[in-house]
Amino acid sequence: MRFYEAVRLALSMIRVQKLKSFFTLLGVMIGVMFLIAVVSIVEGMGHYMQDDLMGKLIPINTFNLRQTPNVTLGGVDRATWQEWQRRPRIKEEDIAPVLAALSPGTRAAVVSQDNLMVESRYVPKPKQVDASNVTAPWFDIKKMGVTEGRVFTAQEDALGAPVVVIGTDVASYFFPSVDPIGRELKVGHIPYTVIGIAESQGSVFGISLDKFIVAPYNSPLKRLTNRHGVIDGIMIQSSDETTMLANEDAVRSVMRTRRKLLPQQKDNFVLETSDQDLEFWNKIKGYLVVAGIALPAIGLVVGAIVIMNIMLVAVAERTAEIGVRKALGARRQDILAQFLVESATLSTLGSAIGVVCGIGISAIIASVSPLPTHVALWSIVVSVMLGAGVGIAAGVYPASRAALLDPITALRAE
Amino acid sequence: MNNEIEEAPLSTTAERRAVTQVAGVAPGQEWAIVARGLKREYDMGGEIVRALRGVDIAVRRNEYVAIMGPSGSGKSTLMNLIGCLDTPDAGEYWLNGTLVSDMSDDQLAHVRNKEIGFVFQTFNLLPRSTALQNVELPLVYAGVGSEERRARAKEALERVELGERMDHRPNELSGGQRQRVAIARALVNRPAILLADEPTGNLDSRTSEDIMRVFSGLSDHGQTVIMVTHEPDIAAHARRVIVLRDGVVETDERKETFHERLTAFGSSVVG
Ligand SMILES: Nc1ncnc2c1ncn2[C@@H]1O[C@H](COP(=O)(O)OP(=O)(O)OP(=O)(O)O)[C@@H](O)[C@H]1O
Ligand SMILES: [Mg+2]
Repeated sequence: MRFYEAVRLALSMIRVQKLKSFFTLLGVMIGVMFLIAVVSIVEGMGHYMQDDLMGKLIPINTFNLRQTPNVTLGGVDRATWQEWQRRPRIKEEDIAPVLAALSPGTRAAVVSQDNLMVESRYVPKPKQVDASNVTAPWFDIKKMGVTEGRVFTAQEDALGAPVVVIGTDVASYFFPSVDPIGRELKVGHIPYTVIGIAESQGSVFGISLDKFIVAPYNSPLKRLTNRHGVIDGIMIQSSDETTMLANEDAVRSVMRTRRKLLPQQKDNFVLETSDQDLEFWNKIKGYLVVAGIALPAIGLVVGAIVIMNIMLVAVAERTAEIGVRKALGARRQDILAQFLVESATLSTLGSAIGVVCGIGISAIIASVSPLPTHVALWSIVVSVMLGAGVGIAAGVYPASRAALLDPITALRAE
Repeated sequence: MNNEIEEAPLSTTAERRAVTQVAGVAPGQEWAIVARGLKREYDMGGEIVRALRGVDIAVRRNEYVAIMGPSGSGKSTLMNLIGCLDTPDAGEYWLNGTLVSDMSDDQLAHVRNKEIGFVFQTFNLLPRSTALQNVELPLVYAGVGSEERRARAKEALERVELGERMDHRPNELSGGQRQRVAIARALVNRPAILLADEPTGNLDSRTSEDIMRVFSGLSDHGQTVIMVTHEPDIAAHARRVIVLRDGVVETDERKETFHERLTAFGSSVVG
């Protein structure tokens, strides 16, 4: 008997017993539904973390030389925190040797940052804003353009010009009714002139990334963000991944030499990458994946047991039919195939319904919660294969019982 | 079918004796069935039931044979062996010149598919399939493509005058119609022999006559037919009657001789 005929026969059997088939499929359906939904959450979060969140905080092929990581999404324990606090700060003297060690074509920007009071004459209330003073390559590294005005030049940085580029939230708060370009903005009481409005950086987890101002590194702001020749860090962007690794090694060895660290001593600075910051996410992902496997596995095992029982009942109910088929020339393998295909078709159908439900759940989660979801193609493929596999596994025993039936005994069954 | 076969005479007792007495020798092509010393025992929880105790039977192509005998005499057991649904414990069974008594299960399935057409007392149609689908079944297992299958199944149904009822399911058909579907199914793969175990056992006498007319027509066209029956009226359609008793052949004679005995001694000759 040909394969498609066996499938057709199986489908017709399923059609006559719709309700029973549906309940039979429930286990597989629910299992697959969970699989699709959980994987879609994991994948969605993963995409979000990697592309949106980290992409915004630390650009691609970029690392920060800092005293401690800027982004600590996972939280740190007390001991680590205390060790971080004992570390020496990064100094202005470190800048030149570090930059000298970088491969050609590498971009680097010095960064100092603090939250400072900002005021303008158009709004009575001052407000705290994320204020940075950075060297000019910062805009290139962050790929940050302006919607209005311009960014500052290396020359303005060298001269310490009191000019500032502001985020859109800052622009709309401090200049509600006038064009901010060319207007004065006081940062920690120091008067600055607005020269550009940065394009919107969007938000992460609902927190706006547009509440910032950025000024030339050598501008007067420097006195407020960091004193005594201290800087927050250097942001270093390499042309590609390999160069980035080389640059990391180079920077690490320069810093260790400068700080006279012995080989057995650990780094007392950090080369912060987005991968590092995502480590915590990978941990969470691990738990989710375990849940994503365990729940469907339970569903599938239950589904397999139900299918096996249903198939045993089917074999018992259709013993006479099996006898007739054998009398008419069906070989053992034909009967075996018939019932295997039937249980595989049943179970694949269940997983197909599960896939549809899973995609539905994923869409619902995405629309009613802040969790981003992303249905993975591989999870659909795996589900369908699992469906067929469970069906075959569950069908082996009943089908071989059917195949081994003695034709005369089977014929005599009513 | 060609005239030569149609006019072929019944096998004689002497010919049958000759072909059944030589163990291990392949019979000539004119013999559809040769069984030599067939034995079949059932173990009923320690008690051995000897259903067949050494049966010799020879049937020529185009013969139409009725098997009679009291209940429990071994008729169905013999039919199952002839139909390759079962294998004997001892003895040899030649079908169309091929020894089938020691074939494997799958080989037997192949023989059943190609050489045997079964008609059962209880029709044994698949209840969820239409008449046409039922008739197509043997062709499915013969690996015939769906178009040819349909065509041949239709043709077989038309031969039993059920061309109009092809898409009906068994529960939408009368007993006689069901049995005709079963006959169409038995014939669709052009088997060498048609076997029927009490084909009219579940039918009223008028319908039984209809079915018997179908059988006679088939026989007239050269089909070899072996049929088990309890009723002398039904057996009268065959050309030769074998009576089994206690697992052995008691008599094996022309229908006419059988009927003479039946009139002389009454139904005790079969029961
Ligand atoms: N599967 C079986 N297991 C045990 N005994 C069996 C089996 N099949 C048949 N028998 C026994 O073998 C003997 C012959 O049975 P069989 O069915 O061949 O008789 P029969 O001539 O067809 O009878 P009937 O006219 O009632 O159909 C009986 O004694 C029966 O009880
Ligand atoms: Mg019987």
